[in-house]
Amino acid sequence: MAAEEICWKCGQLFSGHFCNACGAIQPPAANYFDFFELPPHLNLDAAELEKRFYALSRRLHPDVFARRSEREQRYSLDATAVLNDGYRALRDPINRAEYLLKESGFDIGEQKSNPVPPELLEEVFELNMALEDLRSGDSDAAPQLEDARTKFVAMREHIDRDLSAKFAAYDESESRELLTEIRGVLNRRRYVRNLVNEVEKALSGYVPN
Amino acid sequence: MFQIDFGESSETVVGIDLGTTNSLVAYMDAATPRVIRGEDGDNLVPSIVSLAPNGEIVVGNPARQMLIDRPDRTVYSAKRLMGRGIGDVQDELKLFPFRVAEGSEQVVRIQLGEKQFTPPEIAAFVLRQLKKNAEAALETQVTKAVITVPAYFNDAQRQATKDAGRIAGLEVLRLVNEPTAAALAYGLDKRKKGTVAVYDLGGGTFDISILKLHDGIFEVLATNGDTHLGGDDIDNLLIHIALEDIQSEWGEDLSIHGEAVQTLRRAVIAAKESLSFLPSAQMEFAFHGKTYHREITRELFDRLITGIVDRTLGPCRDCIRDAGVSVEQIDEVVLVGGSTRIPLVRSAVEKLFRAKPHTDLNPDEVVALGAAVQAGILSGTLEDNLLLDVTPLSLGIETMGGVVSKIIHRNSTIPASASESFTTSVDGQRNVLINVVQGERELVKDNRPLARFDLKDIDPLPAGMARIEVRFLIDANGILNVTARDARTGKEQSMDVRPMYGLTDEQVEAMYKASIDNAEADFHARQLAEVRVDADAILAATEKARQSDAYTDLPEEERQAIAKAVNELLLLYHGQDHLQIRSKIEELNAATMTLAENMMNAAVKGALKGTKL
Ligand SMILES: [Zn+2]
Repeated sequence: MAAEEICWKCGQLFSGHFCNACGAIQPPAANYFDFFELPPHLNLDAAELEKRFYALSRRLHPDVFARRSEREQRYSLDATAVLNDGYRALRDPINRAEYLLKESGFDIGEQKSNPVPPELLEEVFELNMALEDLRSGDSDAAPQLEDARTKFVAMREHIDRDLSAKFAAYDESESRELLTEIRGVLNRRRYVRNLVNEVEKALSGYVPN
Repeated sequence: MFQIDFGESSETVVGIDLGTTNSLVAYMDAATPRVIRGEDGDNLVPSIVSLAPNGEIVVGNPARQMLIDRPDRTVYSAKRLMGRGIGDVQDELKLFPFRVAEGSEQVVRIQLGEKQFTPPEIAAFVLRQLKKNAEAALETQVTKAVITVPAYFNDAQRQATKDAGRIAGLEVLRLVNEPTAAALAYGLDKRKKGTVAVYDLGGGTFDISILKLHDGIFEVLATNGDTHLGGDDIDNLLIHIALEDIQSEWGEDLSIHGEAVQTLRRAVIAAKESLSFLPSAQMEFAFHGKTYHREITRELFDRLITGIVDRTLGPCRDCIRDAGVSVEQIDEVVLVGGSTRIPLVRSAVEKLFRAKPHTDLNPDEVVALGAAVQAGILSGTLEDNLLLDVTPLSLGIETMGGVVSKIIHRNSTIPASASESFTTSVDGQRNVLINVVQGERELVKDNRPLARFDLKDIDPLPAGMARIEVRFLIDANGILNVTARDARTGKEQSMDVRPMYGLTDEQVEAMYKASIDNAEADFHARQLAEVRVDADAILAATEKARQSDAYTDLPEEERQAIAKAVNELLLLYHGQDHLQIRSKIEELNAATMTLAENMMNAAVKGALKGTKL
């Protein structure tokens, strides 16, 4: 939760988006969990998050501050940007986990630099051959790709179940080792997701005769 | 310094629909939005601007005739050029008779007679007219406005619209997306919860937006569109067909003849409009003694425009997908824009959304009404409504190899922001250049350049040691704001901003000043015109009186005084000083006082004589 700070306007101590004493809008908390006044957990109640998003929108949006001082307008703009950015990051479980990892000092790598997870090496090699065949017009590769898609989609679902369990465990323990594990699973998930996308793209471009 | 927190001024904020074909202004009358009519009683001000030969700017209905008489001094559909450079208007120039001035580059300049104007200046003339109409109707000064823009407008087009407001002397409190404004006009007190699609096909732009309504909050889920698709395209298609017919019938190519094409455009629009409620219409056109006539049936019309109507369906499907809803989940469809009167458009929308579209509000007025509602929200009179809109296009920065790295994705709720860290790649490097683009494509060259930011005076450090945090923020108007900070020192990082299109603040300011001068010139011209009307009246009356017996009965010196006053008035009549003319009118008035009295007495006597007793 946000620490107590001094109101820019009346000098009283306050915490939250507005000063308790004079009601003035304050510069926003940078951390999304703090901003929404939610615990930094990987499993969040989506309905509660949405409720807070709407309630805060009504109070913080620049439309509400159109007739206020320039300074208050600036805080409102900043706060609403954090509100919207935070809502986007926290409403999706994967984005939320990536955000929490980043905030906890983990470097979440770009997908381009991701190495092939070793256990997938063979699969990926075969898949690339089949993709190559299909692109060069060999329609025999299509059923093989359908199989690959089914397999990768199942793999992603398995990963999601694994993640969900790890999320719950983290929320219990807040252990850093678990975060390291989660980062590994997220990288693998991203890799598998890209494979699914690639196969789907290849199959949607292919029209069976 | 005093900081006034509650600027509770009661000044009316107007809502303006600055359209491709027509523009409107509306305001909140207590809790009801109302369109303000012009002096001519028309709710629409055609977005046509003409430079009269005497240098006066003519806007709206009076400029419509100039479109035919003086096409070289008149411009319409200038919204198509807003925020665009000469490089990306080539297609428009083939279809529209824009006279682009030589040397136009970052900002197109339109030639009207001997003068040149940028699209924001043209739009400002229209805005100024709307401002005037509002001030006349509300009997108060109007300086604040909400202006609508197509949802699919990019950063430069939005900035150009804001500039137009500034040039017209209006503080633009908010740019609102047209379909969202329409939903606002429709959604009031209508439905507590639900999903609504707004299909907006105007004169020159197409937008589709899907919104979630939630206890007075209008949350846009996704938007899509085409900023160069609209009723104008249908007109151009029909004109093209007629020109080909005429070519084969008369053996004459009229396409190079501005006046002929404009007259034809009128005929085509009339036929198109009657086809919305009749099974067939006549395209009739006369030029230099020859006539062209063709009947066009609804069936043929539908076949001709199918391609144009179909072009709206792809963006609709993409929008539904991006909104994360299924067609079945969309509870209502709202139609906006004059082109949605076309039956084929209505049936295409009905088929796609599997719902009968709403048409209870006038599709020409609904956007302006919504803008007025948003004005009400901003002035605090409507407390329960709130609009949450999205950015239509992704924002990206150039990375290695000309590849775009997206930092704010399209359909993100705005305001939205993203922060990126930049560093140097060479020891002692003082500058870092950031290239920002808008669009969905992978490569920089396939997107629209937005601006270049040159981070300068970076402390000389070994390569990779400097750390500049740049914050990209899209505000509630959909316009990008960028700030940068040296992460090591916490100090604000200086930078040069080079917008790729558009005007600098200094240019806008200069145009605003020039427009005030123009407005003064307009005012002066009007005063001159008025005083000359009065002069005409008194000169005519005096001339008539000089034929009467009362005049011959006047003493010689009085007759000479009248002649002198007439001559002096005639001498100054064509001068530019309306005050001088006014004083000569007064002198003539005084000189003819006795004459007028005598004539009056004579008339009364005459009348008495003729009365039967
Ligand atoms: Zn306070």
